[in-house]
Amino acid sequence: MIYLDNAATTRTAPEVLEAMLPYFTENYGNPSTIYALGSAAKKAVNQARRTIAEAIGAKQEEIYFTAGGSEADNWAVKATAEAYGGKGKHIITTKIEHHAMLHTCEYLEKQGFEVTYLDVDGDGLVDVEALKAAIRPDTILISVMYGNNEIGTIEPIAEIGAVAKERGILFHTDAVQAFGQVPLNVDELHVDMLSASAHKLNGPKGIGMLYIRTGVKIRSFVHGGAQERSRRAGTENVPGIVGFGAAVERAVRTMDERIKKETELRDYLIGRIEKEIPYCRLNGHRTKRLPGNVNFAFRFIEGESMLIMLDMKGICASSGSACTSGSLDPSHVLLAIGLKHEIAHGSLRLTLSAENTKEEMDTVVEELKKIVAKLREMSPLYQDFMAKQK
Amino acid sequence: MYSEKVMDHFQNPRNVGEIENASGVGTVGNAKCGDIMRIFLDIDDNGVVRDAKFKTFGCGAAVATSSMATEMVKGKTIQEALQVTNKAVMEALDGLPPVKVHCSLLAEEAIHAALWDYAEKHHIKIEGLEKPKNDISEGEEEEQY
Repeated sequence: MIYLDNAATTRTAPEVLEAMLPYFTENYGNPSTIYALGSAAKKAVNQARRTIAEAIGAKQEEIYFTAGGSEADNWAVKATAEAYGGKGKHIITTKIEHHAMLHTCEYLEKQGFEVTYLDVDGDGLVDVEALKAAIRPDTILISVMYGNNEIGTIEPIAEIGAVAKERGILFHTDAVQAFGQVPLNVDELHVDMLSASAHKLNGPKGIGMLYIRTGVKIRSFVHGGAQERSRRAGTENVPGIVGFGAAVERAVRTMDERIKKETELRDYLIGRIEKEIPYCRLNGHRTKRLPGNVNFAFRFIEGESMLIMLDMKGICASSGSACTSGSLDPSHVLLAIGLKHEIAHGSLRLTLSAENTKEEMDTVVEELKKIVAKLREMSPLYQDFMAKQK
Repeated sequence: MYSEKVMDHFQNPRNVGEIENASGVGTVGNAKCGDIMRIFLDIDDNGVVRDAKFKTFGCGAAVATSSMATEMVKGKTIQEALQVTNKAVMEALDGLPPVKVHCSLLAEEAIHAALWDYAEKHHIKIEGLEKPKNDISEGEEEEQY
């Protein structure tokens, strides 16, 4: 099997699993208790919180554990709206955010908030000038993702953060795809809130976090006990938190090496596809790009067919076609960068990790060439196109 | 997600290709929505479908329904071919996931469109056949890259 869907999820690293296991078995205590068994769990939770805080240049009390990235995004936006709704009802975000952000904003629109969804250019980049122009006296929050999950484009977060800071507007970034993959520092980026998820960086599923800068007025997301400084009640997912901490420790330790390897593999794969498969288009920015992201649109063919054929060859990938999005429309991100519907249907996302090899990239290109040719042979769009070329 | 039959017809699609000087050709669907089916029919003087071929742009279910529909109309009279409904195609494939039912509708429409084209070419009227809606966007500007 060749796994090229690391933006969907990653394999839990063996050392991460190993770190977690004792917290299911011998150290199963509730961190809120006073006996030694509970203190051991509490100590482990705090250790993980410290590791994660250090990784982004934050203080440990600014890290709040959640059940994942979607919850962190929901919390950031809904709680800001609630706490600052008296000051203003305007939120700025982009057209290429994850649904966890977009659907939360749509929900808030129904509650009387106004949301500006910024356009992006053909590479998926937000225009900082357009963002400045969108700011109103009643803008209470700006939220722009760090790296896009589909096309990999990395947004100018530090620049946007500086604008937000200067105007005194809260700034949130969804860093689910970027955390653990590229260096992030909350002060350099001027972010007030940051969402992240463990399973994107070889940690377990079901655990994530929201960084909330000290001083940000934010409401509790889950009411109940005193966990997470009473803002997100509920007995901690101790094994998950420990796993998240171990995954971050590993990610920080191996980051430079992984970035180098993934970028090399990525650019090699992009280069071969562009050279050897006609009528394709690289989606996303060529250099301002997450190290592991490759996204192409292949004309005249449809994504789900490609995925099934790749799967038959043991290659795991994903697509932004309608059939894979569960609606009639292809991915909102691909439409936002200006792709026509029929071209967006033929998109393929390959997200690699440092565990992949050059040989695997070669296998993928060889299989992909055959698959694209076979599907084009079957395609009436290709037939019409070739007839016109004659 | 797909039945074994669907996977079989997707992996080994029957009747892919085109028929030169076909008796009838029907193209249905919309590239915008991600599915286009084109069915070619070769119909003999006795009104029997001698051969059927297809070209399809679409998902696994779209390819499989095209394959099955062309199989099912081969050797049939025009009237029998008209009875190859989306339901019949779906049943022959051991079912489709609910979100893919529209693919089987496209297959039925593509056959009807090909029969309509045949009827028009031969200036005949086929009992029970209505003009298909053909919403494939023609003459769209070409995008180059």
